[in-house]
Amino acid sequence: MIPSSVNRTSRWLAVPLLSAAVATPALSQEDPIKVGILHSLSGTMAISETVLKDTVEMLIEQQNAQGGLLGRELEAVVVDPASDWPLFAEKARELLAQEEVDVIFGNWTSVSRKSVLPVVEELNGLLFYPVQYEGEESSENVFYTGAAPNQQAIPAVNYLMNNVGVERWVLAGTDYVYPRTTNKILEAYLKDEFGVAEDDIMVNYTPFGHSDWQNIVSEIKEFGSEGKKTAVVSTINGDANVPFYRELGNQGIDAADIPVVAFSVGEQELTGIDTAPLVGHLAAWNYFMSVDTDANYDFIDAWIEYTGDEMAVTNDPMEAHYIGFNMWAEAVRKAGTTDVDAVKDAIIGVSVPNLSGGYAAMMPNHHITKPVLIGEIQDNGQFSIVWETPSTVAGDAWSDYLEGSRDLISDWRKPMECGNYNVVKGSCGGSEAQEEVASADE
Amino acid sequence: MKIPPCLRRMLVLCLLACLPLAANAQDDDGQQLLESLDASSYAQMGVAIEAIITSGDERSRGWLEALLGGKLQRHKETGRFVVVLENRGRDWPVVDALTGEALGEMSRRDLDRLGINNALRGQLQGALAVLDLQADGVSERRQAARALLGDVDATLAEPLTVVIDAEEDAEVRRLLQQALAIHRLEEGDLAAVDALAGSLNSRVRSALNTASRSEDPGLAAAATSALADIEQKMKLNRGLETLYFGLSLGSVLVLAAIGLAITFGVMGVINMAHGELIMLGAYTTWAMQQLMPGQPGLAMVLSIPAGFLVAALAGIAIERGVIQFLKGRPLETLLATFGVSLILQQLVRTVISPLNRTVVTPEWMSGSIMINEGLSLTLNRLYVLGFALVVFAGLMLVMRRTRLGLEVRAVTQNRAMARSMGIRATRVDIMTFALGSGVAGLAGVALSQLTNVGPNLGQNYIIDSFMVVVFGGVGNLWGTLVAGLSLGVINQVLEPWAGAVLAKILVLVFIILFIQKRPRGLFPQKGRAAEG
Repeated sequence: MIPSSVNRTSRWLAVPLLSAAVATPALSQEDPIKVGILHSLSGTMAISETVLKDTVEMLIEQQNAQGGLLGRELEAVVVDPASDWPLFAEKARELLAQEEVDVIFGNWTSVSRKSVLPVVEELNGLLFYPVQYEGEESSENVFYTGAAPNQQAIPAVNYLMNNVGVERWVLAGTDYVYPRTTNKILEAYLKDEFGVAEDDIMVNYTPFGHSDWQNIVSEIKEFGSEGKKTAVVSTINGDANVPFYRELGNQGIDAADIPVVAFSVGEQELTGIDTAPLVGHLAAWNYFMSVDTDANYDFIDAWIEYTGDEMAVTNDPMEAHYIGFNMWAEAVRKAGTTDVDAVKDAIIGVSVPNLSGGYAAMMPNHHITKPVLIGEIQDNGQFSIVWETPSTVAGDAWSDYLEGSRDLISDWRKPMECGNYNVVKGSCGGSEAQEEVASADE
Repeated sequence: MKIPPCLRRMLVLCLLACLPLAANAQDDDGQQLLESLDASSYAQMGVAIEAIITSGDERSRGWLEALLGGKLQRHKETGRFVVVLENRGRDWPVVDALTGEALGEMSRRDLDRLGINNALRGQLQGALAVLDLQADGVSERRQAARALLGDVDATLAEPLTVVIDAEEDAEVRRLLQQALAIHRLEEGDLAAVDALAGSLNSRVRSALNTASRSEDPGLAAAATSALADIEQKMKLNRGLETLYFGLSLGSVLVLAAIGLAITFGVMGVINMAHGELIMLGAYTTWAMQQLMPGQPGLAMVLSIPAGFLVAALAGIAIERGVIQFLKGRPLETLLATFGVSLILQQLVRTVISPLNRTVVTPEWMSGSIMINEGLSLTLNRLYVLGFALVVFAGLMLVMRRTRLGLEVRAVTQNRAMARSMGIRATRVDIMTFALGSGVAGLAGVALSQLTNVGPNLGQNYIIDSFMVVVFGGVGNLWGTLVAGLSLGVINQVLEPWAGAVLAKILVLVFIILFIQKRPRGLFPQKGRAAEG
């Protein structure tokens, strides 16, 4: 496999290079900056993660074409954690301890991130995580460039409530951490903020890769014929979406009657389905390929050229890597070094252009500012943007709608330097209620 | 779908005057109409759409349809309105929206789409439905009438009665009357409840549900009792629906397992790469569709023999390359074929792509057929159900009525005896394995219509397949059929109240308990065959 051969050669190269570096310090300037890429290239998540690997490689190539960083060249170190969560931790250790990479771009699922977290913290690495997630976490060593719940789920529900007039809610998700936590937050939010009755919320979980949706779709249809406007909030993940949408189309659930708003369905997932029966169903993201800006068109052109596929699509996590990579590069330039501690300090407050015509800034809680966009599926597999937040929204690590979590804030600047400061107790270290929530999820 | 009242009035006028009106519109007018569509808010766009409908311009229908499809766009620099013919890729062929003149290809960078949201889409669809009531085709009129259910208001009500009187088709009349009754029910008309009683349409039920919460006690009571009646009918419907869901899930299980019933059940080879043979069948379907662009239906039909052949050849390769050397060592066969399955998966990942491939559903396989207003059967699953039964019947024929079947049964019952009777056992082994693998390929062709075609396709079915074969009784094809269908039905009956995850667990627990009681499955082999 390609990754292992890269590892082997670089390991052999490392010995003479190291000795050369000791002998003549001037040469160390010529050492490449190593960028670790920790995305599954095989197994069930390969479908989503391989494009992210390609994205980072493309960004590195572009950066090198502009003369690298600090006068040094960038070098990608690719490993394959094979959609195997414990292997993620092992591969992260390999990247940090053996390859001594300066930064890692990687992970998709929350469970893989949770597996990598202790390693990155122990070996003081840098991890840029590009996917929307459930929040309730803030690590000194991780930068969350995907959306927190308040940058995706909450605004989407607001849109359905205020612009579509939805009164009944189906929360459907895949059975793991992200959908469960997100749905918990949404349920609390709907009940507390809008007074939605228990009867008007239906929660449903299905296993990874579920393919028989007949019953669930028919239940949703039934749930929606009570005379109140009904919507489905879908945190269904991965390729289970394809048979789900197919069943929706076949059973004739029209977006005008029961719209489905999805948090994990992007352009990439839609390439697997005929979207004509799905026109009008919604998705909430911070980026769509159909965003009408020059920066976006340039990015798409570069991507099409890089992949050599005229029909290649871009999606939200790719934009997150684009932003994360540029932020890291900017911070390295600012700090004048790739030293992890210096970059960590320098990156807070760094602001780079995003692809939707605005700027993304790194906040003290290691989350970034993002616009929230709601798009409707079109028959060409693209989204048409129907609503967006007037300005960017800053990511909130700790949800304001969960017991315990609402007391916590995260600020990695000096002097606080704490990821879970409890404002009620006035001390760093989380809260008991939040611990309970977290342990219930395990 | 809410259409503003004034728009409705105009629509109705159009309706009564019978389109088209005089097509005297000048290009200036057209330009102006489109100009007003390019508004900053959806509300303004709604008004502009209304203006277009009432303009009587003969191009308006085309514009509305283009708008509905997101294909009405504007050139950023020249401000020219164009209709995009094909909006995939980076450069799109366009025609002028006003003159219809072909303008070649334009880059999407230079075009600005006139976007709509669900509310406007509803408005457009409603408007087009009203226009469609004048269509020549009965099916179009029926569809239009169905779209109007729950979407009739005061301005539309009166002229609609005129339309109903003039309508020839009874079904369209009935639907329109129902649409009218829903409107009267919303107005609080008690008699409307009677007109709607017994209808299973979900919009009717929705309206009755709203009425049952009404403040007028008489109306609420009438609506509630009408609902109870409908509920009674729906119960039967739901039972039938669950049965159908179960049979359809069962047919998928049968298809996936029936090939295994041959290789594992009859030959006794534990083939962990069985799932990957299914996957090969699915990829063959995809490849056939790539070879015949624009003819997904024909490609689908041709992939049935092609999928069989590809999987059978792969099966022969596995048998010759691995399994024949491990005869009588089941554990080693298991590990070796598991290795083969990983190799095949990674091969597909590297050679084709780790991403799922799109298999197009042919026109005649999508959608559903309506049994009654509350019950419709999805077509793709109906086909798969039928296909599973045909494959089963074919396999039974081969095993019972052909020379090969006879030889297979002879070899599996007593290998040594069969050989001494002059049967070439090795050849029979190859043929049997090829047959089982080929059937797995057929399963793949069918599954490509239901699930994702990707490298992991096979993995999702291997456990289920073994489960079905073991439950049905190893070596018995009838057992596999009954086991697959009944497991499907059990699963779907459990699912509504247990949830998808728990239902799967319960089915597994049930099978474990069942095997404790009857270790040889539903239909155990009897007599000499059992000892083999």
